[in-house]
Amino acid sequence: MNKARSNPLNAAAMHAALILYTLIALFPVFVILINSFKTRKAIFREPLALPNADSFSLIGYETVLKQGDFFLYFQNSFIVTVASLFFILLFGAMAAFALSEYRFKGNTLMGLYLALGIMIPIRIGTVAILEMMVATGLVNTLWALILVYTAQGLPLAVFILSEFMRGVSDDLKNAGRIDGLSEYAIFFKLALPLVRPAMATVAVFNMIPIWNDLWFPLILAPAEEVKTLTLGSQVFIGQFVTNWNAVLSALSMAIIPVLILYVIFSRQLIRGITSGAVK
Amino acid sequence: MTALTLKNVNKSFGDVHVLKDINIDIEDGEFVVFVGPSGCGKSTLLRVIAGLEDASSGEVRIGDDLVNTTPPSKRGIAMVFQSYALYPHLNVRKNMTLALKQEKQPKTVIDERVAEASRMLDLEGYLDRYPSELSGGQRQRVAIGRAIVRHPKLFLFDEPLSNLDAALRMNTRIEIANLHAQLSASMIYVTHDQTEAMTLADKIVVLRDGRVEQVGSPMELYNNPANQFVAGFLGSPAMNFLPADQVGESGDHIVGIRPEDLVVEGDGPLQAQVRHVEELGGDTNIVADLSGTSVTIRQFGQFAVRPGETVSLAAPESRRYRFDGAGQRIG
Ligand SMILES: Nc1ncnc2c1ncn2[C@@H]1O[C@H](COP(=O)(O)OP(=O)(O)OP(=O)(O)O)[C@@H](O)[C@H]1O
Ligand SMILES: [Mg+2]
Repeated sequence: MNKARSNPLNAAAMHAALILYTLIALFPVFVILINSFKTRKAIFREPLALPNADSFSLIGYETVLKQGDFFLYFQNSFIVTVASLFFILLFGAMAAFALSEYRFKGNTLMGLYLALGIMIPIRIGTVAILEMMVATGLVNTLWALILVYTAQGLPLAVFILSEFMRGVSDDLKNAGRIDGLSEYAIFFKLALPLVRPAMATVAVFNMIPIWNDLWFPLILAPAEEVKTLTLGSQVFIGQFVTNWNAVLSALSMAIIPVLILYVIFSRQLIRGITSGAVK
Repeated sequence: MTALTLKNVNKSFGDVHVLKDINIDIEDGEFVVFVGPSGCGKSTLLRVIAGLEDASSGEVRIGDDLVNTTPPSKRGIAMVFQSYALYPHLNVRKNMTLALKQEKQPKTVIDERVAEASRMLDLEGYLDRYPSELSGGQRQRVAIGRAIVRHPKLFLFDEPLSNLDAALRMNTRIEIANLHAQLSASMIYVTHDQTEAMTLADKIVVLRDGRVEQVGSPMELYNNPANQFVAGFLGSPAMNFLPADQVGESGDHIVGIRPEDLVVEGDGPLQAQVRHVEELGGDTNIVADLSGTSVTIRQFGQFAVRPGETVSLAAPESRRYRFDGAGQRIG
């Protein structure tokens, strides 16, 4: 243990700062949660009060659940997010491994080209993407969203992961080669477990924007049976009247799956850090 | 029979010519040490033998087979890395068995070999531990165990002891020597530590700048170095090099005298001023100034002399080495 960490004063200051930050970060979530359990009047009268016997109401949740397709929306969002993350991590890690491990002509150029996507927002290409999706008949399918999100997430994933892949010891990979592992086995059995913390980071970075995105679902998959949660919740936000109970309840429920995914990834993150000691 | 033959092996990385026309033969059961200063290409040569790098030209033969295009796992070799390179997410047993499983060896053979190796290396209590739970010396032994279980024709060691402390290094050195005696396999061992080279080797290959400078048994190289580089590289403290006229010879060659061959004698012909004394108990090393050139004198036993004093030295004619301007031995 280093000195700074074991000094009680430093530790206290550090914890105070972290707790303060946690409070600030969690406050909006807290407000959404408590208000989702209140009547409409109570929400507007005292937005910061906890629900009590008087103001408690489940009307929001009832509306949302009665809205029939809510679970379908849920499922769609979940499939899109998980599938996109899977492809981003798989292809990102493979590209990163190739770029950092193999010497071939145009290696650096390829790396730069792949990283270019970080600087160019994918939404600029929306019209072209829509045309492509129409041409391939993928409009109003979940695949349209998965493909777009994978493309959107890959540049940063390749960039971050190739930095970490370069850190995987050459000797370790060579030991694998001498032990008869194929290049695929070296990638899956040696390199991937060692860059797991970086993979978790990439996953967390990509997960939230995909889960919350409204733009591409609205354009590429607006049909009822492929609506995502964010798009589905829009029915409660009208031009003139907004059903705040329903919106807040929908939002509260939308947090849960992200939370679960986050817990999974962050556990990976921690396990990766503690078991990663190579030397 | 020969275990390894290298014929005109060259290796370049782009414009950098790292290995230049390497020719080496290694007999079955021989313990061969590659020594040379840092950056001279020892690791690269080992990696070419292992198949981790392709030779740019030349032939690599293991046993009787030309293996230039054979993948590392099919060459019948095993390698121990300087950084150990243990798989961090596998325990000791799985680290040792991975290669055997990859070769699809039956389970009984695998168990038997692991038992054999862990008995040899005192690892029986550690088979279920992960590398991060082992000390440096234990990790080193696991790395060696991982090589042993494969029953290779040829062991390759790349500076296996350089991460260990001095005491452990000596123990492990002895262990490796014992291992070689027990296994009677051919071993190639890379180091830049000349003590390791002298103590372990049947045959030493001295490398410099990607070239073989000299090949021979430790005592051959010590007693009969082919050039000034080999003479200066082997032996500790290193050989003294003096211009001929300073030691009473005529000519413009360089004279090499080992520290133990400089004798302090009351009526010696050379006068040197003592600058520094290292008393090691068993030995005394005296650093002195001989007409402007610093020389090291090694006296056996304890020897009372102080910095600032003048000592008279003699250097027997028969114990002198002579080198020309290009460093080649001329006498
Ligand atoms: N992949 C590579 N690309 C370019 N040059 C390389 C590469 N690998 C090694 N070299 C060069 O080859 C030379 C020899 O390297 P090598 O690692 O074989 O040295 P070494 O004798 O093992 O040194 P040390 O004792 O420090 O381990 C060095 O000058 C190094 O810079
Ligand atoms: Mg080296």
